[in-house]
Amino acid sequence: MFEITCPWCGKRAQMEFTYEGDANVARPDDGDEKAFFDYVYLRDNPNGWHDELWQHTAGCRRFLAVRRHITTHEIAGTAAPGKPLPKVLDTGAMK
Amino acid sequence: MSKIIFINAFPPPQTLFKVTQLLEAVVTRYSIFSLARNALTGHKNWTEVWRSPDPKPHYDVIIVGGGGHGLATAYYLAKEHGITNVAVIEKGWLGGGNTGRNTTIVRSNYRLEGNAHFYELSLKLWEGMSQDLNYNVMFSQRGVINLAHNDGAIDAAQRRGNAMRFNGIDSQWLTPAEIKQRVPLLDLTGGGRFPVLGGLIQQRGGTARHDAVAWGYARGADALGVDIIQNCEVTGFVFDGERISGVETTRGRIDAGKVGIAVAGHTSKVAEMAGLRLPIESHVLQAMVSEPVKPCLDTVITSGSGHMYISQSDKGELVFGGDLDFYNSYAQRGNFPRLEQVVQNILTLFPAFSRLRLMRSWGGIMDMTMDGSPIISKTPIPNFYINGGWCYGGFKATPGSGYVFAHTIAQDRPHPTNEALSLNRFETGAVLDEVGVGPFPKLH
Repeated sequence: MFEITCPWCGKRAQMEFTYEGDANVARPDDGDEKAFFDYVYLRDNPNGWHDELWQHTAGCRRFLAVRRHITTHEIAGTAAPGKPLPKVLDTGAMK
Repeated sequence: MSKIIFINAFPPPQTLFKVTQLLEAVVTRYSIFSLARNALTGHKNWTEVWRSPDPKPHYDVIIVGGGGHGLATAYYLAKEHGITNVAVIEKGWLGGGNTGRNTTIVRSNYRLEGNAHFYELSLKLWEGMSQDLNYNVMFSQRGVINLAHNDGAIDAAQRRGNAMRFNGIDSQWLTPAEIKQRVPLLDLTGGGRFPVLGGLIQQRGGTARHDAVAWGYARGADALGVDIIQNCEVTGFVFDGERISGVETTRGRIDAGKVGIAVAGHTSKVAEMAGLRLPIESHVLQAMVSEPVKPCLDTVITSGSGHMYISQSDKGELVFGGDLDFYNSYAQRGNFPRLEQVVQNILTLFPAFSRLRLMRSWGGIMDMTMDGSPIISKTPIPNFYINGGWCYGGFKATPGSGYVFAHTIAQDRPHPTNEALSLNRFETGAVLDEVGVGPFPKLH
Protein backbone atom coordinates (compact mmCIF):
# COMPACT_ATOMS: atom_id res chain seq x y z
CA MET A 1 0.00 0.00 0.00
CA PHE A 2 1.24 3.47 -0.72
CA GLU A 3 0.58 6.76 1.03
CA ILE A 4 -0.81 9.94 -0.49
CA THR A 5 -0.23 13.39 0.93
CA CYS A 6 -3.52 15.27 0.96
CA PRO A 7 -2.78 19.01 0.53
CA TRP A 8 -5.17 19.70 3.40
CA CYS A 9 -4.84 16.68 5.74
CA GLY A 10 -1.24 15.52 5.25
CA LYS A 11 0.07 12.01 4.61
CA ARG A 12 -2.63 9.33 4.72
CA ALA A 13 -3.04 5.71 3.62
CA GLN A 14 -4.10 5.21 0.02
CA MET A 15 -7.19 3.36 1.29
CA GLU A 16 -8.67 6.70 2.36
CA PHE A 17 -8.66 7.94 -1.22
CA THR A 18 -10.72 7.15 -4.31
CA TYR A 19 -9.13 7.22 -7.74
CA GLU A 20 -10.91 9.53 -10.20
CA GLY A 21 -8.82 9.17 -13.35
CA ASP A 22 -6.61 11.19 -15.68
CA ALA A 23 -6.29 14.81 -14.49
CA ASN A 24 -5.31 16.12 -17.90
CA VAL A 25 -8.55 15.48 -19.76
CA ALA A 26 -10.53 18.71 -20.01
CA ARG A 27 -14.14 19.14 -20.99
CA PRO A 28 -14.24 20.95 -24.36
CA ASP A 29 -15.77 24.42 -24.32
CA ASP A 30 -17.55 24.20 -27.65
CA GLY A 31 -19.85 21.44 -28.86
CA ASP A 32 -17.33 19.82 -31.19
CA GLU A 33 -18.31 16.14 -31.37
CA LYS A 34 -14.80 14.83 -32.02
CA ALA A 35 -13.38 16.78 -29.08
CA PHE A 36 -16.12 15.41 -26.82
CA PHE A 37 -15.42 11.85 -27.98
CA ASP A 38 -11.76 12.34 -27.09
CA TYR A 39 -12.66 13.80 -23.69
CA VAL A 40 -15.12 11.06 -22.73
CA TYR A 41 -13.38 7.99 -24.12
CA LEU A 42 -9.73 8.34 -25.15
CA ARG A 43 -6.86 8.17 -22.67
CA ASP A 44 -3.05 8.31 -23.00
CA ASN A 45 -2.80 5.47 -20.44
CA PRO A 46 0.99 5.85 -20.05
CA ASN A 47 3.14 3.40 -18.11
CA GLY A 48 5.34 6.17 -16.77
CA TRP A 49 4.41 9.36 -14.89
CA HIS A 50 0.71 10.15 -14.81
CA ASP A 51 -1.21 13.13 -13.49
CA GLU A 52 -4.43 11.98 -11.91
CA LEU A 53 -7.28 13.10 -9.73
CA TRP A 54 -8.04 11.42 -6.42
CA GLN A 55 -10.71 12.25 -3.86
CA HIS A 56 -9.99 12.06 -0.13
CA THR A 57 -13.27 10.20 0.40
CA ALA A 58 -12.53 8.95 3.92
CA GLY A 59 -11.09 12.30 4.97
CA CYS A 60 -11.83 15.87 3.94
CA ARG A 61 -13.63 14.67 0.77
CA ARG A 62 -11.77 17.22 -1.36
CA PHE A 63 -10.31 16.43 -4.78
CA LEU A 64 -6.55 16.55 -5.27
CA ALA A 65 -4.13 16.12 -8.14
CA VAL A 66 -1.40 13.48 -7.83
CA ARG A 67 1.65 12.94 -10.04
CA ARG A 68 2.25 9.17 -9.73
CA HIS A 69 4.41 6.68 -11.59
CA ILE A 70 2.08 4.03 -12.96
CA THR A 71 4.57 1.16 -12.76
CA THR A 72 6.45 1.91 -9.51
CA HIS A 73 3.60 3.81 -7.73
CA GLU A 74 6.18 6.42 -6.68
CA ILE A 75 4.46 9.74 -6.03
CA ALA A 76 6.34 12.87 -7.11
CA GLY A 77 3.90 15.20 -5.39
CA THR A 78 0.33 16.29 -4.85
CA ALA A 79 -1.51 19.59 -5.21
CA ALA A 80 -4.94 21.11 -5.27
CA PRO A 81 -6.55 20.40 -8.66
CA GLY A 82 -5.29 22.82 -11.29
CA LYS A 83 -2.26 23.86 -9.23
CA PRO A 84 1.21 22.97 -10.54
CA LEU A 85 2.65 19.56 -9.67
CA PRO A 86 6.37 18.96 -9.06
CA LYS A 87 8.47 18.41 -12.16
CA VAL A 88 9.86 14.92 -12.72
CA LEU A 89 13.00 14.10 -14.63
CA ASP A 90 11.89 10.79 -16.11
CA THR A 91 8.81 11.57 -18.13
CA GLY A 92 9.36 8.69 -20.52
CA ALA A 93 7.68 5.32 -20.33
CA MET A 94 9.35 2.50 -18.47
CA LYS A 95 10.42 -0.61 -20.27
CA MET B 1 -6.50 -25.41 -46.94
CA SER B 2 -3.94 -27.34 -44.95
CA LYS B 3 -5.03 -29.91 -42.44
CA ILE B 4 -3.55 -30.97 -39.18
CA ILE B 5 -3.21 -34.72 -38.90
CA PHE B 6 -1.49 -36.43 -36.03
CA ILE B 7 0.26 -39.76 -36.20
CA ASN B 8 1.19 -42.11 -33.41
CA ALA B 9 4.73 -42.06 -32.12
CA PHE B 10 7.01 -44.61 -33.76
CA PRO B 11 4.70 -45.66 -36.58
CA PRO B 12 5.84 -48.24 -39.13
CA PRO B 13 8.39 -46.56 -41.47
CA GLN B 14 6.30 -46.96 -44.61
CA THR B 15 3.38 -45.16 -42.93
CA LEU B 16 5.62 -42.29 -41.91
CA PHE B 17 6.88 -41.96 -45.45
CA LYS B 18 3.37 -41.72 -46.89
CA VAL B 19 2.19 -39.32 -44.25
CA THR B 20 5.11 -36.93 -44.59
CA GLN B 21 4.58 -36.84 -48.33
CA LEU B 22 1.00 -35.74 -47.83
CA LEU B 23 1.33 -33.33 -44.95
CA GLU B 24 3.05 -30.09 -44.21
CA ALA B 25 3.81 -31.09 -40.68
CA VAL B 26 3.85 -34.21 -38.64
CA VAL B 27 3.55 -34.17 -34.90
CA THR B 28 3.28 -36.89 -32.32
CA ARG B 29 -0.32 -37.64 -31.56
CA TYR B 30 -0.90 -37.80 -27.83
CA SER B 31 -2.76 -40.90 -26.74
CA ILE B 32 -2.59 -43.68 -24.19
CA PHE B 33 -0.57 -45.64 -26.76
CA SER B 34 2.03 -42.94 -27.37
CA LEU B 35 2.27 -42.48 -23.62
CA ALA B 36 2.84 -46.22 -23.10
CA ARG B 37 5.42 -46.41 -25.90
CA ASN B 38 7.36 -43.48 -24.51
CA ALA B 39 7.15 -44.86 -20.99
CA LEU B 40 9.05 -47.93 -22.25
CA THR B 41 11.93 -45.72 -23.37
CA GLY B 42 11.98 -43.61 -20.23
CA HIS B 43 10.21 -40.65 -21.86
CA LYS B 44 13.45 -39.69 -23.61
CA ASN B 45 12.10 -39.77 -27.15
CA TRP B 46 9.24 -37.27 -27.05
CA THR B 47 9.61 -34.80 -29.90
CA GLU B 48 9.62 -31.07 -29.16
CA VAL B 49 6.10 -29.67 -28.94
CA TRP B 50 6.81 -26.67 -31.16
CA ARG B 51 9.82 -25.39 -33.07
CA SER B 52 11.82 -22.26 -32.17
CA PRO B 53 12.64 -20.91 -35.63
CA ASP B 54 14.54 -17.76 -36.50
CA PRO B 55 12.22 -15.10 -37.89
CA LYS B 56 11.84 -15.05 -41.68
CA PRO B 57 12.16 -11.68 -43.44
CA HIS B 58 8.49 -11.67 -44.45
CA TYR B 59 5.20 -13.13 -43.25
CA ASP B 60 1.69 -12.81 -44.64
CA VAL B 61 0.43 -12.14 -41.11
CA ILE B 62 2.28 -11.23 -37.93
CA ILE B 63 0.49 -11.63 -34.62
CA VAL B 64 2.03 -9.60 -31.80
CA GLY B 65 1.55 -11.37 -28.48
CA GLY B 66 2.07 -15.06 -27.69
CA GLY B 67 -0.66 -15.55 -25.12
CA GLY B 68 -3.74 -17.68 -25.58
CA HIS B 69 -5.46 -15.13 -27.82
CA GLY B 70 -2.52 -14.59 -30.17
CA LEU B 71 -1.76 -18.31 -30.46
CA ALA B 72 -5.43 -19.17 -31.02
CA THR B 73 -5.57 -16.51 -33.73
CA ALA B 74 -2.57 -18.01 -35.50
CA TYR B 75 -4.05 -21.50 -35.20
CA TYR B 76 -7.38 -20.49 -36.73
CA LEU B 77 -5.68 -18.38 -39.44
CA ALA B 78 -3.97 -21.57 -40.57
CA LYS B 79 -6.78 -24.02 -39.92
CA GLU B 80 -9.83 -22.05 -41.05
CA HIS B 81 -8.36 -19.65 -43.60
CA GLY B 82 -5.38 -21.54 -45.02
CA ILE B 83 -2.96 -18.73 -44.12
CA THR B 84 0.10 -20.55 -42.83
CA ASN B 85 2.89 -18.04 -43.48
CA VAL B 86 2.26 -16.59 -40.03
CA ALA B 87 4.49 -15.56 -37.13
CA VAL B 88 3.51 -15.08 -33.49
CA ILE B 89 5.96 -12.68 -31.87
CA GLU B 90 6.22 -12.69 -28.09
CA LYS B 91 8.47 -10.48 -25.99
CA GLY B 92 8.65 -13.00 -23.12
CA TRP B 93 7.54 -16.61 -23.06
CA LEU B 94 4.28 -18.19 -24.24
CA GLY B 95 1.39 -17.62 -21.88
CA GLY B 96 3.51 -15.59 -19.44
CA GLY B 97 1.06 -12.70 -19.26
CA ASN B 98 -2.58 -12.87 -18.35
CA THR B 99 -2.98 -16.38 -19.79
CA GLY B 100 -0.95 -17.56 -16.81
CA ARG B 101 -2.43 -15.15 -14.26
CA ASN B 102 -6.19 -15.64 -14.37
CA THR B 103 -8.59 -17.67 -12.23
CA THR B 104 -9.35 -20.06 -15.16
CA ILE B 105 -13.13 -19.53 -15.16
CA VAL B 106 -15.03 -20.20 -18.40
CA ARG B 107 -18.65 -19.10 -18.89
CA SER B 108 -20.98 -17.33 -21.35
CA ASN B 109 -23.59 -15.89 -18.97
CA TYR B 110 -23.88 -12.46 -20.56
CA ARG B 111 -26.99 -10.35 -20.98
CA LEU B 112 -26.32 -8.16 -24.04
CA GLU B 113 -26.62 -9.68 -27.50
CA GLY B 114 -23.26 -8.44 -28.73
CA ASN B 115 -21.50 -10.17 -25.86
CA ALA B 116 -23.76 -13.22 -25.45
CA HIS B 117 -23.29 -14.66 -28.94
CA PHE B 118 -19.56 -14.04 -28.87
CA TYR B 119 -18.97 -15.75 -25.52
CA GLU B 120 -21.31 -18.59 -26.48
CA LEU B 121 -19.29 -19.21 -29.65
CA SER B 122 -16.25 -19.30 -27.41
CA LEU B 123 -17.85 -21.73 -24.96
CA LYS B 124 -18.81 -24.05 -27.81
CA LEU B 125 -15.20 -24.04 -28.98
CA TRP B 126 -14.08 -24.86 -25.43
CA GLU B 127 -16.37 -27.90 -25.48
CA GLY B 128 -14.44 -29.40 -28.40
CA MET B 129 -11.01 -27.93 -27.78
CA SER B 130 -9.15 -30.86 -26.24
CA GLN B 131 -10.24 -33.14 -29.11
CA ASP B 132 -9.60 -30.51 -31.79
CA LEU B 133 -6.09 -29.79 -30.52
CA ASN B 134 -5.33 -33.34 -29.36
CA TYR B 135 -4.18 -31.63 -26.19
CA ASN B 136 -5.88 -31.99 -22.84
CA VAL B 137 -6.85 -28.51 -21.64
CA MET B 138 -8.68 -30.10 -18.69
CA PHE B 139 -11.89 -28.24 -19.43
CA SER B 140 -14.27 -29.12 -16.64
CA GLN B 141 -17.94 -28.09 -16.99
CA ARG B 142 -18.51 -27.95 -13.28
CA GLY B 143 -20.99 -25.06 -13.45
CA VAL B 144 -20.68 -21.40 -12.53
CA ILE B 145 -23.08 -20.07 -9.87
CA ASN B 146 -23.68 -16.33 -9.40
CA LEU B 147 -25.11 -15.78 -5.92
CA ALA B 148 -27.79 -13.19 -5.20
CA HIS B 149 -27.87 -11.56 -1.76
CA ASN B 150 -30.75 -9.09 -2.07
CA ASP B 151 -33.95 -8.50 -4.04
CA GLY B 152 -32.26 -6.26 -6.60
CA ALA B 153 -29.60 -8.88 -7.29
CA ILE B 154 -32.32 -11.56 -7.72
CA ASP B 155 -34.12 -9.39 -10.29
CA ALA B 156 -30.90 -8.63 -12.17
CA ALA B 157 -29.75 -12.27 -12.20
CA GLN B 158 -33.13 -13.63 -13.30
CA ARG B 159 -33.39 -11.01 -16.02
CA ARG B 160 -29.95 -12.02 -17.24
CA GLY B 161 -30.88 -15.70 -17.01
CA ASN B 162 -33.95 -15.08 -19.14
CA ALA B 163 -31.93 -13.07 -21.67
CA MET B 164 -29.48 -15.97 -21.90
CA ARG B 165 -32.30 -18.43 -22.57
CA PHE B 166 -33.71 -16.18 -25.30
CA ASN B 167 -30.25 -16.35 -26.87
CA GLY B 168 -30.19 -20.15 -26.63
CA ILE B 169 -27.69 -20.27 -23.75
CA ASP B 170 -28.30 -22.50 -20.74
CA SER B 171 -29.16 -20.93 -17.41
CA GLN B 172 -31.09 -22.04 -14.38
CA TRP B 173 -32.26 -20.42 -11.15
CA LEU B 174 -31.30 -22.23 -7.98
CA THR B 175 -33.00 -21.86 -4.61
CA PRO B 176 -30.87 -21.50 -1.47
CA ALA B 177 -31.60 -25.14 -0.58
CA GLU B 178 -30.44 -26.31 -4.02
CA ILE B 179 -27.28 -24.26 -3.68
CA LYS B 180 -26.59 -25.66 -0.21
CA GLN B 181 -26.96 -29.18 -1.59
CA ARG B 182 -24.31 -28.48 -4.25
CA VAL B 183 -22.01 -26.40 -2.05
CA PRO B 184 -22.19 -27.72 1.52
CA LEU B 185 -19.44 -25.44 2.84
CA LEU B 186 -21.28 -22.27 1.81
CA ASP B 187 -22.74 -20.32 4.74
CA LEU B 188 -26.25 -19.39 3.52
CA THR B 189 -26.53 -16.64 6.13
CA GLY B 190 -23.50 -14.89 4.58
CA GLY B 191 -22.41 -13.85 8.06
CA GLY B 192 -25.80 -12.18 8.48
CA ARG B 193 -24.84 -9.38 6.13
CA PHE B 194 -24.94 -11.23 2.77
CA PRO B 195 -27.64 -13.92 3.01
CA VAL B 196 -27.79 -16.22 0.00
CA LEU B 197 -31.28 -15.77 -1.48
CA GLY B 198 -30.67 -17.79 -4.63
CA GLY B 199 -28.31 -18.06 -7.53
CA LEU B 200 -28.07 -18.27 -11.29
CA ILE B 201 -26.17 -21.27 -12.58
CA GLN B 202 -24.71 -21.85 -16.00
CA GLN B 203 -24.03 -25.58 -15.86
CA ARG B 204 -21.95 -25.60 -19.07
CA GLY B 205 -19.51 -23.12 -17.53
CA GLY B 206 -16.54 -24.25 -15.50
CA THR B 207 -12.77 -24.10 -15.43
CA ALA B 208 -9.82 -25.13 -17.60
CA ARG B 209 -6.07 -25.52 -17.26
CA HIS B 210 -4.83 -22.08 -18.29
CA ASP B 211 -1.28 -22.91 -19.43
CA ALA B 212 -2.50 -25.89 -21.43
CA VAL B 213 -4.64 -23.60 -23.57
CA ALA B 214 -1.61 -21.59 -24.68
CA TRP B 215 0.53 -24.70 -25.16
CA GLY B 216 -2.20 -26.58 -27.03
CA TYR B 217 -2.79 -23.73 -29.46
CA ALA B 218 0.96 -23.23 -29.86
CA ARG B 219 1.42 -26.89 -30.73
CA GLY B 220 -1.53 -26.85 -33.13
CA ALA B 221 -0.40 -23.65 -34.85
CA ASP B 222 3.20 -24.82 -35.12
CA ALA B 223 2.09 -28.08 -36.70
CA LEU B 224 0.29 -26.08 -39.38
CA GLY B 225 3.44 -24.10 -40.20
CA VAL B 226 3.14 -21.05 -37.93
CA ASP B 227 6.47 -19.70 -36.63
CA ILE B 228 6.40 -19.00 -32.90
CA ILE B 229 9.14 -16.54 -31.98
CA GLN B 230 9.68 -15.99 -28.26
CA ASN B 231 11.95 -13.48 -26.50
CA CYS B 232 11.43 -11.04 -29.37
CA GLU B 233 9.89 -7.70 -28.47
CA VAL B 234 8.12 -5.49 -31.00
CA THR B 235 9.62 -2.01 -30.65
CA GLY B 236 7.81 -0.22 -33.47
CA PHE B 237 5.79 -0.53 -36.64
CA VAL B 238 6.94 -0.03 -40.22
CA PHE B 239 4.68 2.05 -42.42
CA ASP B 240 4.35 2.10 -46.17
CA GLY B 241 2.41 5.32 -46.63
CA GLU B 242 -0.72 4.96 -44.48
CA ARG B 243 -0.62 1.20 -44.21
CA ILE B 244 1.44 -0.91 -41.86
CA SER B 245 3.94 -3.12 -43.68
CA GLY B 246 5.96 -4.68 -40.89
CA VAL B 247 7.31 -4.56 -37.38
CA GLU B 248 10.60 -3.50 -35.85
CA THR B 249 11.72 -5.99 -33.23
CA THR B 250 14.65 -6.66 -30.94
CA ARG B 251 15.65 -9.25 -33.55
CA GLY B 252 15.41 -6.84 -36.46
CA ARG B 253 12.79 -5.75 -38.94
CA ILE B 254 10.19 -8.25 -40.14
CA ASP B 255 7.90 -7.39 -43.06
CA ALA B 256 4.26 -8.36 -42.94
CA GLY B 257 1.22 -8.24 -45.17
CA LYS B 258 -0.99 -7.72 -42.13
CA VAL B 259 -0.34 -7.18 -38.42
CA GLY B 260 -2.69 -8.07 -35.55
CA ILE B 261 -1.99 -7.29 -31.92
CA ALA B 262 -3.23 -9.47 -29.03
CA VAL B 263 -1.37 -7.94 -26.09
CA ALA B 264 -4.14 -7.22 -23.59
CA GLY B 265 -2.86 -5.34 -20.57
CA HIS B 266 -0.51 -3.37 -22.80
CA THR B 267 -2.75 -2.68 -25.80
CA SER B 268 -2.52 1.09 -25.26
CA LYS B 269 1.29 0.95 -25.32
CA VAL B 270 1.57 -1.17 -28.46
CA ALA B 271 -1.17 0.73 -30.29
CA GLU B 272 0.56 3.99 -29.37
CA MET B 273 3.55 2.84 -31.45
CA ALA B 274 1.15 2.75 -34.40
CA GLY B 275 -0.17 6.21 -33.52
CA LEU B 276 -3.52 5.12 -32.05
CA ARG B 277 -5.06 6.42 -28.83
CA LEU B 278 -7.56 3.97 -27.32
CA PRO B 279 -10.58 3.99 -24.97
CA ILE B 280 -8.63 1.87 -22.49
CA GLU B 281 -7.06 2.25 -19.04
CA SER B 282 -4.68 -0.35 -17.61
CA HIS B 283 -5.47 -1.64 -14.11
CA VAL B 284 -4.00 -4.37 -11.94
CA LEU B 285 -6.19 -7.32 -10.94
CA GLN B 286 -5.02 -9.67 -8.22
CA ALA B 287 -5.65 -13.35 -7.80
CA MET B 288 -4.49 -15.80 -5.17
CA VAL B 289 -4.46 -19.45 -4.16
CA SER B 290 -4.63 -21.22 -0.82
CA GLU B 291 -2.59 -24.23 0.13
CA PRO B 292 -3.92 -27.41 -1.50
CA VAL B 293 -6.63 -29.33 0.34
CA LYS B 294 -8.82 -32.34 -0.42
CA PRO B 295 -11.75 -31.81 -2.83
CA CYS B 296 -14.29 -29.55 -1.11
CA LEU B 297 -15.70 -27.27 -3.83
CA ASP B 298 -16.71 -28.86 -7.14
CA THR B 299 -18.24 -25.83 -8.84
CA VAL B 300 -17.42 -22.15 -9.35
CA ILE B 301 -19.03 -19.72 -6.89
CA THR B 302 -19.21 -15.99 -7.60
CA SER B 303 -20.80 -13.15 -5.70
CA GLY B 304 -21.35 -9.67 -7.02
CA SER B 305 -22.22 -8.02 -3.72
CA GLY B 306 -18.69 -7.93 -2.41
CA HIS B 307 -17.28 -9.18 -5.72
CA MET B 308 -15.46 -12.46 -5.44
CA TYR B 309 -15.11 -15.67 -7.42
CA ILE B 310 -13.70 -18.97 -6.19
CA SER B 311 -13.08 -22.47 -7.46
CA GLN B 312 -10.82 -25.37 -6.56
CA SER B 313 -8.03 -26.42 -8.88
CA ASP B 314 -7.27 -30.04 -9.71
CA LYS B 315 -4.23 -29.73 -7.44
CA GLY B 316 -6.57 -28.86 -4.56
CA GLU B 317 -5.75 -25.18 -4.18
CA LEU B 318 -8.63 -22.76 -3.77
CA VAL B 319 -8.24 -20.18 -6.54
CA PHE B 320 -9.93 -16.85 -6.00
CA GLY B 321 -10.04 -13.17 -6.78
CA GLY B 322 -12.19 -10.06 -6.64
CA ASP B 323 -11.99 -6.44 -7.70
CA LEU B 324 -9.26 -4.43 -9.37
CA ASP B 325 -7.03 -2.33 -7.12
CA PHE B 326 -9.05 0.55 -8.62
CA TYR B 327 -6.28 2.84 -9.86
CA ASN B 328 -4.26 2.77 -13.10
CA SER B 329 -1.31 0.41 -12.82
CA TYR B 330 1.19 -1.38 -15.03
CA ALA B 331 2.77 -3.11 -12.02
CA GLN B 332 2.09 -6.83 -12.19
CA ARG B 333 1.54 -6.93 -8.45
CA GLY B 334 -1.17 -5.54 -6.24
CA ASN B 335 -1.59 -4.02 -2.81
CA PHE B 336 -2.63 -5.55 0.49
CA PRO B 337 -5.90 -3.66 1.12
CA ARG B 338 -7.51 -5.32 -1.90
CA LEU B 339 -6.08 -8.72 -1.02
CA GLU B 340 -7.54 -8.37 2.47
CA GLN B 341 -10.93 -7.32 1.10
CA VAL B 342 -11.08 -10.29 -1.30
CA VAL B 343 -10.21 -12.69 1.53
CA GLN B 344 -12.89 -11.10 3.72
CA ASN B 345 -15.44 -11.66 0.95
CA ILE B 346 -14.48 -15.31 0.66
CA LEU B 347 -14.58 -15.91 4.43
CA THR B 348 -17.97 -14.22 4.76
CA LEU B 349 -19.44 -16.93 2.55
CA PHE B 350 -17.03 -19.78 3.37
CA PRO B 351 -16.09 -19.44 7.07
CA ALA B 352 -14.57 -22.93 6.91
CA PHE B 353 -11.72 -21.61 4.76
CA SER B 354 -10.48 -19.27 7.49
CA ARG B 355 -7.85 -21.75 8.69
CA LEU B 356 -6.27 -22.18 5.26
CA ARG B 357 -2.96 -20.51 4.56
CA LEU B 358 -2.67 -18.27 1.53
CA MET B 359 0.06 -19.76 -0.63
CA ARG B 360 0.55 -17.23 -3.43
CA SER B 361 -0.91 -14.00 -4.73
CA TRP B 362 -0.09 -12.19 -7.93
CA GLY B 363 -1.33 -9.47 -10.25
CA GLY B 364 -2.02 -9.10 -13.94
CA ILE B 365 -2.66 -6.00 -15.99
CA MET B 366 -6.17 -5.61 -17.39
CA ASP B 367 -7.09 -3.54 -20.40
CA MET B 368 -10.18 -1.87 -18.90
CA THR B 369 -12.32 -0.44 -21.68
CA MET B 370 -14.78 2.41 -21.36
CA ASP B 371 -17.79 0.06 -21.61
CA GLY B 372 -16.39 -3.10 -20.04
CA SER B 373 -16.53 -5.11 -23.28
CA PRO B 374 -13.62 -6.24 -25.45
CA ILE B 375 -12.40 -4.89 -28.78
CA ILE B 376 -11.76 -7.25 -31.73
CA SER B 377 -11.63 -4.97 -34.69
CA LYS B 378 -10.17 -3.40 -37.75
CA THR B 379 -8.55 -0.04 -37.04
CA PRO B 380 -8.30 3.24 -38.96
CA ILE B 381 -4.88 1.98 -40.13
CA PRO B 382 -5.05 -0.39 -43.13
CA ASN B 383 -3.67 -3.90 -42.44
CA PHE B 384 -3.61 -3.27 -38.69
CA TYR B 385 -5.99 -5.14 -36.39
CA ILE B 386 -6.61 -4.97 -32.65
CA ASN B 387 -7.64 -7.66 -30.20
CA GLY B 388 -7.74 -6.32 -26.64
CA GLY B 389 -9.76 -4.60 -23.96
CA TRP B 390 -10.48 -7.88 -22.17
CA CYS B 391 -11.19 -6.30 -18.79
CA TYR B 392 -11.67 -9.06 -16.18
CA GLY B 393 -12.65 -11.71 -18.69
CA GLY B 394 -10.10 -12.61 -21.34
CA PHE B 395 -9.40 -16.23 -20.45
CA LYS B 396 -12.85 -17.64 -21.17
CA ALA B 397 -12.86 -15.80 -24.50
CA THR B 398 -9.59 -17.32 -25.73
CA PRO B 399 -10.91 -19.71 -28.43
CA GLY B 400 -13.73 -17.45 -29.67
CA SER B 401 -11.40 -14.46 -29.68
CA GLY B 402 -8.84 -16.29 -31.81
CA TYR B 403 -11.54 -17.62 -34.11
CA VAL B 404 -13.16 -14.27 -34.93
CA PHE B 405 -9.88 -12.31 -34.88
CA ALA B 406 -8.46 -14.73 -37.47
CA HIS B 407 -11.58 -14.15 -39.57
CA THR B 408 -11.29 -10.36 -39.17
CA ILE B 409 -7.65 -10.43 -40.32
CA ALA B 410 -8.08 -12.96 -43.12
CA GLN B 411 -11.23 -11.42 -44.61
CA ASP B 412 -10.50 -7.80 -43.65
CA ARG B 413 -13.99 -7.62 -42.17
CA PRO B 414 -15.42 -8.77 -38.85
CA HIS B 415 -17.04 -12.15 -38.32
CA PRO B 416 -20.79 -11.65 -37.60
CA THR B 417 -20.01 -12.54 -33.98
CA ASN B 418 -17.57 -9.67 -33.41
CA GLU B 419 -19.31 -6.93 -35.41
CA ALA B 420 -20.55 -5.44 -32.12
CA LEU B 421 -17.03 -5.49 -30.63
CA SER B 422 -15.69 -2.87 -33.05
CA LEU B 423 -13.26 -0.15 -32.03
CA ASN B 424 -15.52 2.57 -33.45
CA ARG B 425 -18.52 1.68 -31.26
CA PHE B 426 -17.46 4.35 -28.76
CA GLU B 427 -17.63 7.00 -31.47
CA THR B 428 -20.97 5.81 -32.85
CA GLY B 429 -22.53 5.36 -29.41
CA ALA B 430 -23.17 1.61 -29.82
CA VAL B 431 -21.35 0.76 -26.60
CA LEU B 432 -21.79 -2.64 -24.92
CA ASP B 433 -22.09 -1.65 -21.27
CA GLU B 434 -23.11 -4.90 -19.57
CA VAL B 435 -23.53 -3.34 -16.11
CA GLY B 436 -24.54 0.15 -17.20
CA VAL B 437 -22.04 2.28 -15.28
CA GLY B 438 -20.81 4.51 -18.11
CA PRO B 439 -17.31 5.43 -19.30
CA PHE B 440 -15.49 4.67 -16.02
CA PRO B 441 -13.14 1.77 -16.74
CA LYS B 442 -12.44 0.77 -13.14
CA LEU B 443 -16.16 0.21 -12.46
CA HIS B 444 -16.69 -2.41 -15.17
